[in-house]
Amino acid sequence: MNRIKAFGAFWYDFVIGDDWHVAALVVAGLGLTALLVHAAGVNAWWLLPLVVFAALGWSLHRATRSRT
Amino acid sequence: MNALPLILTVFVACAVEAVEALTIVLAAGLTREWKSTFQGMAVALLVLAVVTAAVGPAIAFLPLTALRLVVGALLAIFGLQWLRKAVLRATGYKALHDEASAYLREVAAAKAAPKTAKRGVNDWYAFTLSFKGVLLEGLEVVFIVITFGDNQHNLGAAAIGAAAAIAVVTLTGIAVRAPLAKVPENWMKFAVGVMLTSFGTFWGAEGAGVNWPGNDGALLVLVPVVALVSAGYVLWLRSRGPAAAAPAPQTEVVGS
Repeated sequence: MNRIKAFGAFWYDFVIGDDWHVAALVVAGLGLTALLVHAAGVNAWWLLPLVVFAALGWSLHRATRSRT
Repeated sequence: MNALPLILTVFVACAVEAVEALTIVLAAGLTREWKSTFQGMAVALLVLAVVTAAVGPAIAFLPLTALRLVVGALLAIFGLQWLRKAVLRATGYKALHDEASAYLREVAAAKAAPKTAKRGVNDWYAFTLSFKGVLLEGLEVVFIVITFGDNQHNLGAAAIGAAAAIAVVTLTGIAVRAPLAKVPENWMKFAVGVMLTSFGTFWGAEGAGVNWPGNDGALLVLVPVVALVSAGYVLWLRSRGPAAAAPAPQTEVVGS
């Protein structure tokens, strides 16, 4: 059981890392982009970069706000 | 797309992984025993070859759009992890991941471990340490080569970039026989984070159905923009005043 837990923890750390919000925002950004492209016919190439920059900024803010 | 940016991107990303693997191998070999260390390295390389042979061709049969979406998402998340840590380290909010201190920690742990011999391996600690290091870092190299190479339809160029990185790091390691502490690791990681995030964003959006203005040429704009925004975050955090760096963790996720 411990080995399964360790295996799961390794892959979680490997893929998700320190802040799961970043991964969640990237996935949400991709979903929203696909929705805009396929359902609304908008070529939303600009959306994912904006989400990525916002995710990085928010994650950095969260990581540093208690240490300033 | 010109193969040179692909080769350079894969080269830098794989060089970081190779430096980490080399640090572990040197720690095991210098403090325990070279024969068992090389045995561990050889078995890890064998496992890597089998995994690559099994997984590599299967990727070619996946639908490209779905592959771009999944790989793009993974690369963007991966890249953001690297960028986040690199920015935090550059601004003093996180202790620098110092290969020298990582090396010293590995050395101390290796010296403290008892020596056990079985199944043709003189020292299982050296074998396991070397096996784990080479396998984990090697898996990341394989992941980088397959994803970058397959997405750009140029697996050969990606493999050249990776092979060159491994050769350069190995030769440097043999020459200096010490951890590559002089490599400005955090800035290398910053650059890798920028590249992974840019490529991940590009492919992920393409997989979601987007047509980038200028097609592949959009990458030539996206990469500098990601670098500029990340550098902007470094300046922003520095402008908020000095931070007391957190102590370096005892163990850290490979490649982060």
